[in-house]
Amino acid sequence: MASGTELTPTSYIDHHLTYLTTQVSEGSFWVLHVDTLITSVILGVISFGFIWLIVRKATPGVPSKSQAFVELAVEFIDNEVKNTFHGNRHVLVAPLALTIFIWVLMMNAMDILPIDIMAWITENVFGLHNWKIVPTTDVNTTFALALSIWFLMIFFNLKVKGFGGWMHELFCTPFGKSPLLWILNLLFNFIEYVSKPLSHSLRLFGNIYAGEIIFLLLGMWAATGVSGTIFGSILGAGWAIFHILIVTLQAFIFMMLTVVYISMAHESH
Amino acid sequence: MNINFTLISQAIAFSVFIWFTVKFVWPPLLRAIEERQKTIADGLAAGERGRHELELASQRSSDVLKEAKQRASEIILQAEKRATEIVEEAKRTAKEEGDRIITGAKADISHEVFSAKEALRQHAAQLAIAGAEKILRREVDAKAHADILIAIEEDLK
Repeated sequence: MASGTELTPTSYIDHHLTYLTTQVSEGSFWVLHVDTLITSVILGVISFGFIWLIVRKATPGVPSKSQAFVELAVEFIDNEVKNTFHGNRHVLVAPLALTIFIWVLMMNAMDILPIDIMAWITENVFGLHNWKIVPTTDVNTTFALALSIWFLMIFFNLKVKGFGGWMHELFCTPFGKSPLLWILNLLFNFIEYVSKPLSHSLRLFGNIYAGEIIFLLLGMWAATGVSGTIFGSILGAGWAIFHILIVTLQAFIFMMLTVVYISMAHESH
Repeated sequence: MNINFTLISQAIAFSVFIWFTVKFVWPPLLRAIEERQKTIADGLAAGERGRHELELASQRSSDVLKEAKQRASEIILQAEKRATEIVEEAKRTAKEEGDRIITGAKADISHEVFSAKEALRQHAAQLAIAGAEKILRREVDAKAHADILIAIEEDLK
């Protein structure tokens, strides 16, 4: 915490929740969170590059340890997808699920890195005062993922059922075919289609953001004195261990919901 | 918590990663896994076949063993039978040979007895004649008393 201003709890939290931004164009929308984008891209490049390097040399014979590790992850995801999705999953859905799981897991896992040490490194090694290291605490990331999946959902609805079939589904399910129920059905479906990306993205964002806030609060406690440091450290360690579960679980939930949404787009009622 | 251009940039990054996984990560790994699954399935099938063949072979070998044992016992039985036969035959031959020897010996003995008797008879006749000559102290006309001599000889027979 080498901030120039006086260190108060407010400034401490403020500092950790401030993005490194850059103005791309005029207007409040055209702001880019450089830290979110670069961290997530680096994480993606590292993890998918690592997987690609192993997969490139994949043999059908006895696998190396690294190949076995990747296969373990891939087969785990492939099994989950197979149980939910009944089309040809190898074309898109299974690789998509793999991408989401690995990427979200990596981005979430940044939350476990000690927040102040990472802030010190970005400040003193890279000279960047504000750098949020966890991309999934940025609602833009989770919305980007959820909306991409939402558009894929719409795309598959149109592709599998055709425009007429989709409209029929929007107007005639879930309550019935009667014209009296059309408006009700449409309203219901509208709510469903709006709530899907919202719950999808906000669940991930909320969990990881809350986790980060708790780390910040424990960090603040650690600054209050010796006993605060001791308890803050113990609780911080405990929370980090518990967070391993949350990080993995949220990545898994996000992946599973993606598969479920896309399967639902493939199945007509 | 403000929505801004980051959303679009993240969506683009996301699509690039999806494309990369779909194109470069998933297919080769899936191919390797499926090929290995096939190899394993083939191996298991071959193992199963081998096990089955082993079973058949062991059954066959036990059959052969059983047959061999049976044959061996049959041979032993035959050999025993043959041995007793040989012994019996030897006994019989020996007995026959013995009988023959005994018969021969008996014939020889009776022949000897006969010739001894004959010789004895001759001697006795001469002795009797000599005795008679001495008793009579006279010349005996052998021709005249031939009928007496023959009668004596006949008696001594």
